Amino acid sequence: NDDCRTLSLSAHVGFDSLPDQLIKKSIKQGFCFNILCVGETGIGKSALINSLFNSNFEDPPSTHFLPSVQLRTQTYEVQESNVLLKLTIVNTVGFGDQVNKGDSYQPIVDYIDAQFEAYLQEELKIVRSLFSYHDTRIHVCLYFISPTGRSLKTLDLLTMRSLHSKVNIIPIIGKADSISKTELQEFKSKIMSELVSNGIQIYQFPTDDETVSEINTITNGHLPFAVVGSTEKVNIGNKMVRARQYPWGIVKVENENHCDTVKLRKMLCTNMEDLREKTHAQHYELYRRCRLEEMGFRDIGPKTKPVSLQEAYEAKRHKFYLELQRKEEEIKQEFVQRVKEKAAVLKEAEQKVQTKFECLALMHQEEELKLKEKKEVLEDEIAEFIEKKATAELLQSQAPISTPVVNSNTQGLQKVSAD
Amino acid sequence: AGPAETKNEAAMSELVPEPRQKPVVPMKPVGINASLLGYIGIDTIIEQMRKKTMKTGFDFNIMVVGQSGLGKSTLVNTLFKSQVSRKSSGWNREEKIPKTVEIKAIGHVIEEGGVKMKLTVIDTPGFGDQINNENCWEPIEKYINEQYEKFLKEEVNIARKKRIPDTRVHCCLYFISPTGHSLRPLDLEFMKHLSKVVNIIPVIAKADTMTLEEKTEFKQRVRKELEVNGIEFYPQKEFDEDLEDKTENDKIRQESMPFAVVGSDKEYQVNGKRVLGRKTPWGIIEVENLSHCEFALLRDFVIRTHLQDLKEVTHNIHYETYRAKRLNDNGGLPPMTVETEENHESNL
Repeated sequence: NDDCRTLSLSAHVGFDSLPDQLIKKSIKQGFCFNILCVGETGIGKSALINSLFNSNFEDPPSTHFLPSVQLRTQTYEVQESNVLLKLTIVNTVGFGDQVNKGDSYQPIVDYIDAQFEAYLQEELKIVRSLFSYHDTRIHVCLYFISPTGRSLKTLDLLTMRSLHSKVNIIPIIGKADSISKTELQEFKSKIMSELVSNGIQIYQFPTDDETVSEINTITNGHLPFAVVGSTEKVNIGNKMVRARQYPWGIVKVENENHCDTVKLRKMLCTNMEDLREKTHAQHYELYRRCRLEEMGFRDIGPKTKPVSLQEAYEAKRHKFYLELQRKEEEIKQEFVQRVKEKAAVLKEAEQKVQTKFECLALMHQEEELKLKEKKEVLEDEIAEFIEKKATAELLQSQAPISTPVVNSNTQGLQKVSAD
Repeated sequence: AGPAETKNEAAMSELVPEPRQKPVVPMKPVGINASLLGYIGIDTIIEQMRKKTMKTGFDFNIMVVGQSGLGKSTLVNTLFKSQVSRKSSGWNREEKIPKTVEIKAIGHVIEEGGVKMKLTVIDTPGFGDQINNENCWEPIEKYINEQYEKFLKEEVNIARKKRIPDTRVHCCLYFISPTGHSLRPLDLEFMKHLSKVVNIIPVIAKADTMTLEEKTEFKQRVRKELEVNGIEFYPQKEFDEDLEDKTENDKIRQESMPFAVVGSDKEYQVNGKRVLGRKTPWGIIEVENLSHCEFALLRDFVIRTHLQDLKEVTHNIHYETYRAKRLNDNGGLPPMTVETEENHESNL
């Protein structure tokens, strides 16, 4: 498509202000930068961040007894001249503390993937707002190496290998004030050769721009950075300087002869845009490609004809819809079945109750009959008694001369003839 | 029902295979204000951005629409101080008047102050020139949508280019005839349809045929008519980002636009200076003289202050609108997560 002619302008047009227009908009929006610090507990991650940004970011210390590796995020809003920066620091907590470190790197990988996933999801939405999306993807991973002076630990190799295709890794040696200068050089060489021999790709500072290629090439040769961080300030010659005070001397964090902290700071700042760009154009694209392929999308169809993502989505959607219908049918059937079963159970219960009821009714009838008979007998007896009583009274009233004592014995069945 | 729904959700996650347990998507962090106790060097990011953009260069695509003879090509050439558009010398007897509107896109690379720009001028010969001009905006709308489609196809690829070539129309200059009365029905029809898909900047062509009073009155009438017809030209009110933008744009919307312009590629000597102008028996009309015409305002507006914004509105709003409609019509994208809210949210 670049078969365009190059034209020369006869006078000043004014579109050379375009970068300024773009920058003006970027400044309004603000910038964001996300740093992931991976390192063992106590290796000086917080101290280094505070030293790098010459600030007092609050960060409570953590214990060695966490059951698994966790990630703690904190966002700070800082401003330098007209640049508003949303700086997010992600710290690993409990890294390297467990007895079994087999799973140590997985939470870190998961976290990085989660940020990519969130971005991808936003990108795939139908109604999306990418330009106001707060980017949480990790732009750089500072990997802290223990200052053992010997070589990389297996955990280091394992972790970096699982991270190097997902994030820009800058290896650094933490608490480097415990290594002497000569040991340090050897240590650095050993680390770099181990990284190379294990095929671990760390971030290379870009060398294609002439203005920075020289300094970047030199810096690439200084890796890994041997850093010292401090949250304390020491009074040196009437100035408060960030340093670590020992009986034998003072390690000045900002002194480039003492450690590489300032170098790291400079490198991070001057390559911030490149780190962000590589994260988006390289690491994120790789994640996206793998993820979409995982989901069964291909750029080339089965007959090697380019299938657009659109068509793939349509096909998937159709398949999904059919599946949904089938499941709905299945659930309907199951529901009907359940209802039938329940109805049968209820009917059975109903039957039982009915039989019981009939049984009881029968019993009740019988009893009623019996009681009726008894009642009749009793009534007969009462009638008889009344009759007898009447007769006896009659007799009594009709026999005035006879002895007043009436023989009760004769109240029986003998009929006394009166008149 | 309740149980049936959760069953569906379980089914959906089965269809979209997950390699491992779904990572938790974190909430947007709230920032703590912190102060840097010394200079760090974070502000160098501005220089880095500048370098980066200068290296990659810019694309800018401008479309001109209007009846023939209104000076479209001349104006574009004056804007970009070079022969980016080939003037049509009218239809001669051999050439046939095109039966429909043609779309002709010509690209050039121009450079200024280290900034490289690929400028594409899209001409629309035949617009408004027929006897029956019904639906003559359709080929134009079709072309604009085709560019959105091209971009969308690239964006949606699995293995995609580092930099997707941008052929989308960033700005459409609509040329209004300086009748002095009002807008023509064709003008209203075109702008009504197209203001929804592209940034339209109306300009009054050949403004040297109007006196200052006639100009002011005409502009007022045109503004009123556009408002009455609900035509939102660029810069659209709803996209003002903040108060600063609003104040600046309000002034342009309510006073300056539509710009009454004159174009020329001929130079004359005026007061010892060489200026671009049109020579008439009654004087030389200086194109870049603000008291003569508003060309300089248009140039500053389109090129020196709002060039980037024109591109951003095209990308963030017009393109997104096209994309959303296209994906919705096509059945949309299946939800990536298990939540069904995503589906509801997308059906705007």
